[in-house]
Amino acid sequence: MAFFHFRNVRVAGISAGVPANIINNLTAEERISPNYENKDFVATTGVIERRFDAALTTSDLCFKAAKQLISDLGWQLGEIDAIIMVSQSLDFILPATACILQDRLGLSKECYAEDIQLGCSGWTYGVSTVAGLIQNGDIKKALLCCGDARPQYVMSNTGDPLFGHAGTVTAIEYDEGNDGLKCHFGTDGSGYNAIIKPYGGTRNLMSTEQFNIEEIDGKYYNGFQTRMNGMDVFSFGISTAPKSVKKLAEKYSFDFNDYDYFIFHQANLKMNEKIISKLKIDQAKAPMCMSHFGNTSSASIPLTIVSQLKGIADVKETSFICCGFGVGLSWGTIAFKAKDLVISNLIEVNSDEHLL
Amino acid sequence: MELNDFIKKFAEQFEETAPEEIQASTEFKSLEEWSSLTSLSILAMVDDEYDVALKGDDIKNAVTVEDLFNKVASKA
Repeated sequence: MAFFHFRNVRVAGISAGVPANIINNLTAEERISPNYENKDFVATTGVIERRFDAALTTSDLCFKAAKQLISDLGWQLGEIDAIIMVSQSLDFILPATACILQDRLGLSKECYAEDIQLGCSGWTYGVSTVAGLIQNGDIKKALLCCGDARPQYVMSNTGDPLFGHAGTVTAIEYDEGNDGLKCHFGTDGSGYNAIIKPYGGTRNLMSTEQFNIEEIDGKYYNGFQTRMNGMDVFSFGISTAPKSVKKLAEKYSFDFNDYDYFIFHQANLKMNEKIISKLKIDQAKAPMCMSHFGNTSSASIPLTIVSQLKGIADVKETSFICCGFGVGLSWGTIAFKAKDLVISNLIEVNSDEHLL
Repeated sequence: MELNDFIKKFAEQFEETAPEEIQASTEFKSLEEWSSLTSLSILAMVDDEYDVALKGDDIKNAVTVEDLFNKVASKA
């Protein structure tokens, strides 16, 4: 049973970088699908607009967000002993993007760095990985970068209407006596093909045929683009996310209603509304950012905090239950209290601001 | 669970299609208003009303409203 209670750890700060370029789904000339109007897509998914820039990678977005957060926290570069990157749109097949960020951010060479390949559940997994490294105080400060941006193959100038690009940074530090983080995780790999990018890995080797376009439900894909069984993912999300929150509360004997905010992965509006209603929580306690940023994969939880709770969660002690769920299939829920949380202003990144 | 009640709840998920257009024998994927977005409303309704988690294939394999009712009934 993957329950964890990491003590002596605190979330110190959060920042988020997004492309400056905005794509509006309502005013876009391109039809999202031949089967429905763009306004119906917006009504169901809640995604009015989103950030997209075909020139920016996840690491470009995370780099600028990291510099801002380090500055806002007043951390010294030499104190940061670990950096972990969670993404499914990494700079290279190899080496790890976290290694590049270590160097470009000017972190010490005595630094732990690794990539974790997860999507919508990724922030919860990343936080737990960092918390596990820090909880004994062997290292004191670490950065977690989460997000997705430019995919390996860009087919349109506007990208997928559901997804937005973002790169976030969460600063986590050792804090003796802090009650820390309580976590629940789960995995169901039988749903591995519910969200999948079928080619470009080693199971299906690359060939020129995979550049051929095929139509699935009125949308066009080649072999290097992510396809999703929307109905299966919807069923999975509305059943798994509420259960995970309830399991965590039961395991650690707390009433989840006592928490100030519920930050769910921003999947789509209909799915999130259903999750909120199944838990019978007040909508005002479950802020959303998908209307202006879309589904931003592993960035969605920290981006929701940055875009919706700056000036609120950073001015007084605030308790959070954060739940991510998606590709894998994979899910996780984390409960924690944040005091003196630093939330950076949203960082906008221009097309020419490259890490490399 | 009862077929007529299911049909009524099924029809409530549509905005432009008149309720009387939806019968047990209706081939719902042929309805003009049907799309992948409607299917999400159906999944949410079935979860709400019958506490049943349908798979995408359950909807793909059903032709009529009654087919889907039978699938939900078998999982309820």
